Amino acid sequence: MRYVEEFRDPKAAKALIAAIGAMADRLGATKAEPVRIMEICGGHTHAIFRYGLDKLVHEGIEFIHGPGCPVCVLPMARVDECVEIAEKPEVIFTTFGDAMRVPGTKKSLLQAKADGADVRTVYSPLDALELARRNPDREVVFFGLGFETTTPSTALSIQQAAREGLTNFSVFCNHITVPPPIKALLDDPYMLLDGFVGPGHVSMVIGIHPLDFVAQDYGKPLVVAGFEPLDLLQSVLMVLTQLAEGRAEIENQYARVVPEHGNAVSLAAIEDVYEKRPSFEWRGLGEIDASGLRIRAAYRPWDAEEKFGIGYAKAGGRAPTPEPEGCACGSVMTGRMKPTQCPQFGRGCTPDTPLGALMVSSEGACAAYWTYGGARLSVEAAE
Amino acid sequence: MCLGIPGQITAITDAARQMGMAEVSGVRREVSLAPVVTGPLEDLVGEWVLIHVGFAMAVIDEHEAAETLEALRSLGEAQEALDQMAEGDRALAGRG
Ligand code: SF4
Repeated sequence: MRYVEEFRDPKAAKALIAAIGAMADRLGATKAEPVRIMEICGGHTHAIFRYGLDKLVHEGIEFIHGPGCPVCVLPMARVDECVEIAEKPEVIFTTFGDAMRVPGTKKSLLQAKADGADVRTVYSPLDALELARRNPDREVVFFGLGFETTTPSTALSIQQAAREGLTNFSVFCNHITVPPPIKALLDDPYMLLDGFVGPGHVSMVIGIHPLDFVAQDYGKPLVVAGFEPLDLLQSVLMVLTQLAEGRAEIENQYARVVPEHGNAVSLAAIEDVYEKRPSFEWRGLGEIDASGLRIRAAYRPWDAEEKFGIGYAKAGGRAPTPEPEGCACGSVMTGRMKPTQCPQFGRGCTPDTPLGALMVSSEGACAAYWTYGGARLSVEAAE
Repeated sequence: MCLGIPGQITAITDAARQMGMAEVSGVRREVSLAPVVTGPLEDLVGEWVLIHVGFAMAVIDEHEAAETLEALRSLGEAQEALDQMAEGDRALAGRG
């Protein structure tokens, strides 16, 4: 209970932790035979570690860290393609900061920048649009990355570019969607999940119903959650309550931000600009059917893949990229291994010299273990 | 990138493009209001919104905004978002 005092409402947190404990006991959960709850979203992974929630709750609750960190599931080949585009002399390559340090097979975007490529970190695709307006003689490419939370931003930016006839702006679209990998995980016979804490901001865009299949087809409870510690604790309690009562439903703990049917403007923009790819490659998970988006033919002038003949538009197709030697990112991502069990953890791979993407982003499970795990382990040892 | 940050809309800057000025933790930043437009644009002035990568994605109440900002500060995400906005400004000014 050491860290509870720093919560916004320590009393509420203690009450929730006690209720979770009672419910876990009722379910007969033990350290050896835990209830396994996957938090899908990387923001939740970060918050769980930051607040030490996994150590605060009953030992029979095990958190499995899901695939919801967009940087972490990015195959190295995508980074290579970014570098290839960025190194063209006419290109200004723009990206969210999160992607700068992700290693490619040869270099990261940060290294490409050091080598002379014009790579710029932007806060928003709107910044990239503005760069295109100000630099009509340059090609401004935006690296479209992320789940449904960020997809509307590039869709709306492409629509704006089309309205302005701004053809020196294009998007290298690597947007992915949450439901297909969840389905892939549920289909995996080795996956032993009992329930899910669902992604709050993805659901803010798509609503809660695209996740109905988790309950209806697979009989697992899912609670869409906010990312404050009390939100997460309450959501865990809601998952456990469903399990104890033998229910499997999609519940919305984050209703103050998540409308049942999502955000209409964003959904319309996504539908207008993007279509599903037949399949898309995920780091650690492989190719997953209909899990990625591409730009529709109507918006081809703004599609960097078509413009530069790269990615899935490359003649002859693409080969899957093997993981670097000794990297266990795939096993960690599917919950088969804890980050600390990776032979590279803290040796070849640290946040300063990341080998795998899970160490790059603060939402990655390995970086979270590294940043918060060490300090916590020593506290435990002292107690 | 995925968490978003609360800001208060202070003015409409470009009605045709549905752009407005938001104040985020003392920093001013132009954002797209498109996702939260349901009536007259001016009605959004004074509202608190959750901003994701430059787009207002949801209208939230002031109390929720304050609590979310506090949680983001404690996660280190508020500073990260503000740093990214500053980087965006630098990218526009020259080689970021
Ligand atoms: S420690 Fe590094 S190499 Fe190992 S799984 Fe984590 S990110 Fe991948």
